[in-house]
Amino acid sequence: MVIAGYQLPMMAALIVWAVLWEIVGHTEAGFILPPLSAIIVRVFEIVPTPSFGEALLITGRAFFSGNAIAILVGIPLGILMGRSVIADRLLLPWVNLFLSAPLSALVPVIMVIFGLGETTIILTVVLFAMWIIVLNTRAGVKAISPSLVEMARSFGANEWQAFTRIYIWAALPEILAGIRLGVIRAVKGVIIGQLLVSVVGFGTLFEVYQSHFLMEHFWALLLVLFAFAFILNELMARLEKHFGYFAASR
Amino acid sequence: MSVSHIAPAGTAAPPPAAGTAPRAIVEVRNVTKTYAGGVEALSGISLEFPEGRLTTLLGPSGCGKTTLLKIIAGLIPASGGQVLVDGREVKGPGQERSFVFQDFALMPWASVLRNVAFGLELRGVARSEREAVAERHIARVGLKGFEHKYPHELSGGMRQRVGLARALAVDSKVVMMDEPFSAVDEQTRRKFQEELLELVAKEGKTFLFVTHSIEEAVYVSDRIVLLSRRPSRVSAIIEPKIVRGDDPEKIRRDSAYLDAVEDIWQQLKRYLD
Ligand SMILES: Nc1ncnc2c1ncn2[C@@H]1O[C@H](COP(=O)(O)OP(=O)(O)OP(=O)(O)O)[C@@H](O)[C@H]1O
Ligand SMILES: [Mg+2]
Repeated sequence: MVIAGYQLPMMAALIVWAVLWEIVGHTEAGFILPPLSAIIVRVFEIVPTPSFGEALLITGRAFFSGNAIAILVGIPLGILMGRSVIADRLLLPWVNLFLSAPLSALVPVIMVIFGLGETTIILTVVLFAMWIIVLNTRAGVKAISPSLVEMARSFGANEWQAFTRIYIWAALPEILAGIRLGVIRAVKGVIIGQLLVSVVGFGTLFEVYQSHFLMEHFWALLLVLFAFAFILNELMARLEKHFGYFAASR
Repeated sequence: MSVSHIAPAGTAAPPPAAGTAPRAIVEVRNVTKTYAGGVEALSGISLEFPEGRLTTLLGPSGCGKTTLLKIIAGLIPASGGQVLVDGREVKGPGQERSFVFQDFALMPWASVLRNVAFGLELRGVARSEREAVAERHIARVGLKGFEHKYPHELSGGMRQRVGLARALAVDSKVVMMDEPFSAVDEQTRRKFQEELLELVAKEGKTFLFVTHSIEEAVYVSDRIVLLSRRPSRVSAIIEPKIVRGDDPEKIRRDSAYLDAVEDIWQQLKRYLD
């Protein structure tokens, strides 16, 4: 952004919005949207509390196990679909369906089957994250040069060797892009899951704050979560860039 | 004229080669190939490839040269007939055969060293051992100092040297090359041809070579198999009796060389429409 010949950093835009928020917070609307300064004070108040720590731990655990499952199942599934026409025909409609379906509507179903606990949250994360990983891996595998696969076979590679030494690496840029998109969806999954279940992790906190009209606390919690999601996205983008060099050279 | 014509193998006795007649290390027996979809690429090909020689497959575009080479490599199954390598029937890829690819087929995420050592890596050879072998072959194809570079940092000619080193590193008896020099520039190509001749003379390996260039075929081959248009059969076998001295320029002006080129051109001409 350039104003009056001065190069303003990216943060400048953020400051404008922060000031606007602060002003709005001091009007009537402050009842719903408290001033930013008050919220930031709350952030420092909430974060060290044990209930926040516990929620973070539970959420983090569900988030990481959910992502791990999504990756460990999603990548082989994507590779399978990229290689086998039969598997592709059989599974692609479902993958596309789950990718575009309003998954939040499925959470109550999971809840009925697996109860109001961590399992439900983890499965919600998997449900949100996995499909894009499958689809991206599939696309990456389909784009592999056939002669690379032939090369490995001609030197005697078995299926396992072809999988671990050729397919995964050749499709790595697409797989990483899929994981990044999956992780972002997983953030939605873990929060939506907890909000719907509302007796675990941040879901409990949101429930408590909302029912007691603690709007400052509520917004503070949101702010923390948004920051987490943002940082996660940045980290993933860095990782992708690191491997990007050979994507460009293929 | 020092060009001899021999009828397709199976209908006549093998060619009386100068000195001792080498045995056939690769035997193609009545091989047919019909692709799914009904394209008949090969219709009953019978051929023998003498050990220690470079034999070239030459023919009109789309006649099935790549198909035949891949069947011998065990990469695709034949629809009928059989291929014997070293007396054993081909059922898939094997350690006695290696392949050099037209598009190099290098792993972009792996260094030159790992690419060259890849065949040995798949065989489970210990890292230090296979890297020592790979380093030797990298030096041999003139890439010393490039061991830790990545394919995208190399020119097309250098990449094909990596492909060649990889095929040599597994020390197979038969090396198959499908238009290996078609993606490199003319100067590099000529240099490659000379190096290939040197390799054939020194290694005692059998080379199966595919090219589109009649000149290249005559320059590098001990034996040239002319294939007809699809569905392919062997239309002639030509053995250019070229005395290969030290001077490559002399060969290209040699009358035996020029006669062979002309002769093949006359035969291939009828496949053009
Ligand atoms: N996988 C495939 N499926 C169906 N048809 C194929 C397949 N591969 C090759 N063909 C057909 O088989 C015939 C022979 O192909 P091949 O690639 O062996 O020819 P070639 O002699 O190597 O040609 P070129 O000189 O252009 O490299 C061609 O008509 C081609 O279209
Ligand atoms: Mg071909």
